[in-house]
Amino acid sequence: MTCASLLDWLPSHWHYLVYIVLMMIGLYAVLAKGNLVKKVIGLNILQTAVFLFYLSIGHIDGATVPVKWHDDAVYENPIPHVLMLTAIVVGVSVTAVALALIVRIKETYGTVEEIEVLDIDERETAEQEGDAPA
Amino acid sequence: MIGEHLPVLVVVVPLITALLIPLLTRAWRGTGWGLVSASLAFSAFGAIQLLVEVLRTGVPARYSMGDWPIPAGIEYVVDELNGMVLVMIAVAGTLAALWMHQSVKREVLARARRSYYTVFLLFAAGLMGITITGDVFNLYVFLEIASITSYVLIAMGKRKQALYAGFAYLILGSLGATFILLGIGHLYMATGSLAMLDIAERMANDPALYSSSVVRTSFAFFTVGFAIKMALFPLHAWQPNAYTQAPSGATIFIAATATKVSAYGFYRILFTVFGPRFLLDELPQIKEAILLMCVAAIVVGPLLAIRQKDLKRLLAYSSVGQIGYIMLGVVLWSADQTHLDGATGGLMHFWNHAVAKGALFCVAGALVYKTGAARVADLAGMGRHAPWTSAVMTVAGLSMIGVPLTAGFWSKFYLCTGALEVGRPAAIVVLLVSSLLTAVYVWRLLSLVWFAPKDAEVKVDGEVPWSMRLPALVLGAACLYLFFQPIHLDIARAAAEGFMK
Repeated sequence: MTCASLLDWLPSHWHYLVYIVLMMIGLYAVLAKGNLVKKVIGLNILQTAVFLFYLSIGHIDGATVPVKWHDDAVYENPIPHVLMLTAIVVGVSVTAVALALIVRIKETYGTVEEIEVLDIDERETAEQEGDAPA
Repeated sequence: MIGEHLPVLVVVVPLITALLIPLLTRAWRGTGWGLVSASLAFSAFGAIQLLVEVLRTGVPARYSMGDWPIPAGIEYVVDELNGMVLVMIAVAGTLAALWMHQSVKREVLARARRSYYTVFLLFAAGLMGITITGDVFNLYVFLEIASITSYVLIAMGKRKQALYAGFAYLILGSLGATFILLGIGHLYMATGSLAMLDIAERMANDPALYSSSVVRTSFAFFTVGFAIKMALFPLHAWQPNAYTQAPSGATIFIAATATKVSAYGFYRILFTVFGPRFLLDELPQIKEAILLMCVAAIVVGPLLAIRQKDLKRLLAYSSVGQIGYIMLGVVLWSADQTHLDGATGGLMHFWNHAVAKGALFCVAGALVYKTGAARVADLAGMGRHAPWTSAVMTVAGLSMIGVPLTAGFWSKFYLCTGALEVGRPAAIVVLLVSSLLTAVYVWRLLSLVWFAPKDAEVKVDGEVPWSMRLPALVLGAACLYLFFQPIHLDIARAAAEGFMK
């Protein structure tokens, strides 16, 4: 894409940049952070980026809420909003399960750092397999 | 009257029963497994009836929610392809529920048992919903129902490693599901519809859509999302731990169905929504890439399985390889659409792998039931004391290799002829190498079971209860039956012809 066409593209499509940047922040946190809570936060940022993406594809400039006021009004597309209501519920459930698991992990391992959890797991697996005749 | 509503009842009955279990088991203690298996048996009955009806008439059964026609409403569609998957899920679920009645008492904490059955049934309902729905967003919702419940099921394992296995799957599974959600968003952006058949029609009527970068982006998101969910190599990292740590009853069901349902989702999105021409004309490189991933999975899966000391982990790695066979069906077909053996083989492997892997995980579960762990070494001498269980293991193991007289032979046979038809003889070499590698680990198990030295210490000193033996025997017998009566051959071929039209 040339510089000039980018300048044409930007004013009408800048919201896609917002969604891509947010998504990359979320993805980075999920993959690179060692703290389990931070991973969950990253997952939430990632999901929020997807919500914004959906809402922006349903947007029409100068449109109003999709409630029938008068016949000549232009309405936003309500379907992406409805879809995202469901997706938000899903996001909340995933977060709830993730946090519940983190609480249990903290209780049993005494840490929420991924590396330490893996270390403990590895040591114990080695011990268990050491007992068993190969 | 019920017949007319069968497509929705198949999903809704388990869904509602799942929510009733916490209430009903308060009144009648210890009936959780009965409710689970009864409602799944109903679904199995309904699914078989739907499949038979579809095969008889040759027309997909369509059901509009609340009588709203597509694209406004949500539609459930049953054709040969998902009828086959639906029967697989419901039957495997019923057998796993019968099987786990005894084992749950030893593997799940007492206070978690009631919610275990609820979550198990919700998971089954989610899988069936993914399979039966004809709406892409509805597919996402059911995918999340099945995913969230599977995270919980896995984390309910007795050992503490189960917690982290569940969490790791939660992170990767949510990433995969989010990618699928993005794929749906891009598809909606390009076509303005969510109903699969409606999108397909719009794509067919507007050739410009095929070359649109939005549609291509959507396909990329779908591919990566489903590849994570089906544990296609190299995106399988979550899977071995999850299978190993989950309670055995849950592992039987998850291993027999979960990754296959994601593979089905990919088949459905690719062939029904995008259409076979999309992959062929627009993205031939992607077809090659998928083929490479399948080949890698088929070779690396059994290679990693050979060295495992834990039986459940060994079987999990073998599943990594087996999903490659199923996905080979996506790529082994040709432009003139008459060479369907490859796709047929891939589709047949849905059933072949479900019965064989289900039976093998029943044996692994029996090992856990007897010894408290799934160490391969503890299999030594099992053949003398638990002949039924050992026989099941033998048959299912041979089916994994693809030995004639077992069901697994047919999928390999049709994949091989499919590879020849489309001029890719190299794929046959890969299949043979993989069969050899599979034979190595199966032989390692069978030699321990049958030919352990007389003085070896025997850990499995008797059979498991009949309630556990019977489901295993049914699955083992199915491995033989599907060789002599390959009923799924006709179904798979009809399904392949259906989506190549």
